[in-house]
Amino acid sequence: MVKVKHTESDSTTSNEFEFGTTGSDVEVTTSERLRDIYEEFVYKPGLVAWDDRRTRIGSIILFAYVLIGTVGVWLYEAPATNQDPRSLQPFEQFFVAPLGTTGSGEDVLAMAIHATPAMLIMVLAGGVFATGFAVLIGTVAGYKGGATDRLLTTFSDIAMSIPGLPLIMVVAIILSPENPAVIGVIITINYWAGLARSIRSQVLAIREHSYVEASRTMGTGTTRIIVKDIIPNIMPYVLVNFANAARYVIFAAVGLYYLGVLPTSVSNWGIQLNNAYKQAGALSGGGTFYQLLVPMAFIMFIALAFILLAQGMDRVFNPRVRTRMAGESKSESDDDTDTAAPTEVMN
Amino acid sequence: MNSYFVKRTGRAILTIWLVMTLTFGMIRLIPGGPIEMLRARLIRQGVDPSRIDAIVQTYKQDPTPVYVEYYEYVTSLLSGNMGQSFYYQEPVSALIVDALPWTVFVMVTATILLFVIAILLGALMAYHEGTAFDTVASSASILLSSIPFYVLAIGFVVVLSYQFGLFPARYRVGPGVEPGFTVQFLSNAIYHAALPIASVVLTQAGLQALAMRGNSIQVLGEDFVRVARLRGLSDRRIAVRYVGRNAILPMYTGFLTLIGFNIGGSVILEQVFTYPGIGYYMYQALINRDYALMMGVFLIITTTLVVSVYIADLTYGLIDPRVQSGGQSEAY
Repeated sequence: MVKVKHTESDSTTSNEFEFGTTGSDVEVTTSERLRDIYEEFVYKPGLVAWDDRRTRIGSIILFAYVLIGTVGVWLYEAPATNQDPRSLQPFEQFFVAPLGTTGSGEDVLAMAIHATPAMLIMVLAGGVFATGFAVLIGTVAGYKGGATDRLLTTFSDIAMSIPGLPLIMVVAIILSPENPAVIGVIITINYWAGLARSIRSQVLAIREHSYVEASRTMGTGTTRIIVKDIIPNIMPYVLVNFANAARYVIFAAVGLYYLGVLPTSVSNWGIQLNNAYKQAGALSGGGTFYQLLVPMAFIMFIALAFILLAQGMDRVFNPRVRTRMAGESKSESDDDTDTAAPTEVMN
Repeated sequence: MNSYFVKRTGRAILTIWLVMTLTFGMIRLIPGGPIEMLRARLIRQGVDPSRIDAIVQTYKQDPTPVYVEYYEYVTSLLSGNMGQSFYYQEPVSALIVDALPWTVFVMVTATILLFVIAILLGALMAYHEGTAFDTVASSASILLSSIPFYVLAIGFVVVLSYQFGLFPARYRVGPGVEPGFTVQFLSNAIYHAALPIASVVLTQAGLQALAMRGNSIQVLGEDFVRVARLRGLSDRRIAVRYVGRNAILPMYTGFLTLIGFNIGGSVILEQVFTYPGIGYYMYQALINRDYALMMGVFLIITTTLVVSVYIADLTYGLIDPRVQSGGQSEAY
């Protein structure tokens, strides 16, 4: 399986492998370094990721959302009041509104589709802000130690102690943001703190490694040590947590829209949920249940994609799995048999 | 250890004070004060405009500078007075004392329950790693974790309450049930809390179970487990004392922080179930710009969070003797 993928893409990327082996960063041009980065962080993980069922399914789902958010929005007509007959059931008039309409004649599927682009921007902004800020605070605190560490740790401890959701609600009401990127950042306004704390404790161990000590003895600057020696070590962990942060952003954003704390002038799955839930309560019948199911499905699948990515990536970056890349060992299920053996004794 | 204890306690108190100050300043930035909200409410109720002005006039106070307000709030807080709720016209402390036990009951029960389930399920999955059971349980865990708890809660209310009438859709207890240590009251309270608890447990247990599974698999491969087997110890003893203990250890801090996180999440959950706990009051206070009530709820949730992290930090060294609490590292 891996082999096939390997040779398939070899033709296009064979020269990258040659440059990759030069390794040292003494006299490389920018393009070479970019290629190195591409190979180390995109191509190789991508290859291994594709081999893992979870990350493969997760990537496919996520790609589908990106398609919906870009092409889908362009192809599918935007929702508007009274665009279609009111309260159509799903599949009742498939070519008018496949998944039915609301009580005010809005296409349910159109509402869900047109909420996607904003959600994707929110997820990206929130994820980048949360992980980026956490890496900055965590690495500097862990590497510098002393007073800097105490200051930054106290700062993240305080941020961690503010109740997340209530804080976001208050900030959302104060700023009443319309821009999805701003909403994403607001949602992760104190999410980074927990991550920064765990990155710090990992850096505390990394800073004792001999190669970090060597860099320091050579008089390398702090920024360079952090970027060159420390961040590559925690990168896998950061990527896994990016996926977790993304899921958190989705859950919190939909929750805030559901509560009506964020401006309700846009399309969002949370607003759909709220409207459908109110109607379901008023009519006390299952006649409007489809209006709940559509946004629920949209929320669930994108969250599922991020969970699968996070769970799968945990394995992707496991060094034992990555040796497969080099084709050094055939013992791909080494770790499985290792741990499975004592299991039998246990039974 | 002793100086660490003093420092850690000092930092916990400092944190609570800073969060309180920050919150105090922040909620005064919220557009529209309590008076405007009262006026809007009266207009919606169709009260005569001239009467509205009269009512609003009775509530109007001379504007005091924020720092004076802050000083008054802190001094009265130190004597245990959290102020008067503008919206409910009741002391904030009375509202919180009434609401907090219910939120704690729902969220702490749910968190304990989900960890017990996660630990048992995760251990089972680890022991049967690679079997069909493991695959099915892992997939189910991932699928359930992709549902936000409030989405499952909405689904529960619509299907189980509205459609089939199996569970109550709202409130803490049924009408006419008197609080007290009676079987009727307790069973009614559990009956009303069942759906909120279930929606938290079902959506959060999965990821914890997967974490437990990973930990257990790792511990099972350790040398000391092999040695224990060679010593001929019973499987039961190995499972509980050697594997279980070491696999659960890393989840301990997560457990305490999840309790705090869930109490914050009660804002949405209690809104779905119209369950008057502190999350419900937080939302009402925010919508009606009830500053005193909002501050009170914020303080209570913050204190819960700070205290749980504090307990986690202090007790972790006791549970895991390898960790030396509070070691300072050399500065570069």
